[in-house]
Amino acid sequence: MYCLGIESTADGFGIGIATFEGEILANVVSEYVPERGGIHPREAAQHHSKVVGSVLKEAFERARIRPKDLKAVAFSQGPGLGPCLRTGATAARALAVYLGVPLIGVNHCVAHIEIAKLVTKSQDPVTLYVSGGNTIVAAYEAGRYRAFGETLDIAVGNCLDSFAIEAGLRRQGGLPLGAIVERLAEKGETLIELPYSVKGMDVSFSGLLTAVVQLLRSSHYRLEDLCYSLQETAFSMLAEVTERALAHTEKPEVLLTGGVAANKRLQSMLKAVADEHGAKFCVVPKQYAMDNGAMIAWTGVLAYECGMITPVEKSFVKPKWRLDEVDVRWLGVR
Amino acid sequence: MARSSLKALSLIKKGAEADLLLDDDWHGRKAVLKKRVPKGYRAPQLDEKIRAHRTAHELKLLHRAKELGVPTPAIFLIDVGETTIVMEFVEGKPVKQALEGLSQEERVRLCRRIGELIGRLHEGDLIHGDLTTSNIILTSNGGIVFVDFGLGEFSKELEARGVDLHLMKRALQSTHYQFVEECFNAIIDGYKEVVGDDVAKEVLKKVNEIERRGRYVSERVRK
Repeated sequence: MYCLGIESTADGFGIGIATFEGEILANVVSEYVPERGGIHPREAAQHHSKVVGSVLKEAFERARIRPKDLKAVAFSQGPGLGPCLRTGATAARALAVYLGVPLIGVNHCVAHIEIAKLVTKSQDPVTLYVSGGNTIVAAYEAGRYRAFGETLDIAVGNCLDSFAIEAGLRRQGGLPLGAIVERLAEKGETLIELPYSVKGMDVSFSGLLTAVVQLLRSSHYRLEDLCYSLQETAFSMLAEVTERALAHTEKPEVLLTGGVAANKRLQSMLKAVADEHGAKFCVVPKQYAMDNGAMIAWTGVLAYECGMITPVEKSFVKPKWRLDEVDVRWLGVR
Repeated sequence: MARSSLKALSLIKKGAEADLLLDDDWHGRKAVLKKRVPKGYRAPQLDEKIRAHRTAHELKLLHRAKELGVPTPAIFLIDVGETTIVMEFVEGKPVKQALEGLSQEERVRLCRRIGELIGRLHEGDLIHGDLTTSNIILTSNGGIVFVDFGLGEFSKELEARGVDLHLMKRALQSTHYQFVEECFNAIIDGYKEVVGDDVAKEVLKKVNEIERRGRYVSERVRK
């Protein structure tokens, strides 16, 4: 029994295939890389529609299964960029209808948590989900993943990327901008004071971004020091709210997921938080950290087993679909 | 000094940010030590700055609250180096526990007074930031003392006031669901008395708006 998952919430278009036992057979991602600047939603969507066929073909080849072996087709229904979501949804509907199998709309944020739980074998963690579009501290409570804290404005990945673009940094050799900032930060020596904004359990990054960009433009500081200070400040804020959620919920694990999870400095900070509270630290491996189809396929399996099917006529995309609006029935009893 | 002597202090509570320690004999008084402990994950330079800043900030808030006529614990000592505040141990019960044992009339009277005090804070542009029934103490002689301003701020914004009252309501809902309505209404009555009908109306509108925001919608439906 197999489930295919289509991910297309932002700049990545991915297709994954998972078995119902939780084995990932294929995980193919094609990324839209803008010539310059950030993601243009329409251009990203055009890229996705161009690569659907080839990515699909490669996924089936990798998984060594035939389309008719599929039991269900899952897709990321939200949250994300409208045009990108619609491209993935269209492909998913076509495939599901053609094969005559159920369609399953999956919440992208839930999928990031579920794939990380699957591959790290964590059970009931406090999760820090950090990416270019989302920054959420969540934990399971009474039927849902509850958002204990989140960003009040931009996501931490967006903050790092925007800074990198301002600094004229370019992607090199398949490395995302965040990784380039991380490399520069490793050579930082001086910690420059930047706004540190934690409000209760929530964080805010827009003021931090403005401040660090102003310092950048002043040309008085080394880029390495700015990257280092930006990371230290932003990640300390994240570690603090994660710690608050951990102290409050007393969960046994801390789980780091999403594209920014690949950052070693953030990993070390969260590990320190987990250690201090006697919790186990788990981090999602790189191939499942960035947006990918495997996480959609696996979450599709979980939803399918609980009968959570999305009728085609109700499969509108939900660009603002919140994590805590989803009943995660597969986590069972209340 | 804050570390008073070599005797062991008992831990009242280990929060995410600070440890609360009880000293039975701090120069002859019963005192609470709120110590913001270093966080190993932060760069030391940043860590020290944050702890020092928050310690000083909390003191300002505690002091300002007093000026506004809202009782807060007496401050005995500030040890900036140790980022520790030594303050009076307030004898009494958190309102969270006290509410249960009161008659309806007493409950309403207490909540009304709490509402008045919240009104005074807000009128002075002070936001408590963590208004729960655990952070309001009913003293043995019937006084009301507000504690833990660790998440507080100075703000004139309607949003901040709304969040403050909303938090209070949520605290009532989670622990005192049997008399949420009566308690919250009494709090609002007292609040109105101080800030006036117009302001109270605006703030209440904000509270409703906050409730309707996505984050809490599911919970409202589930109820």
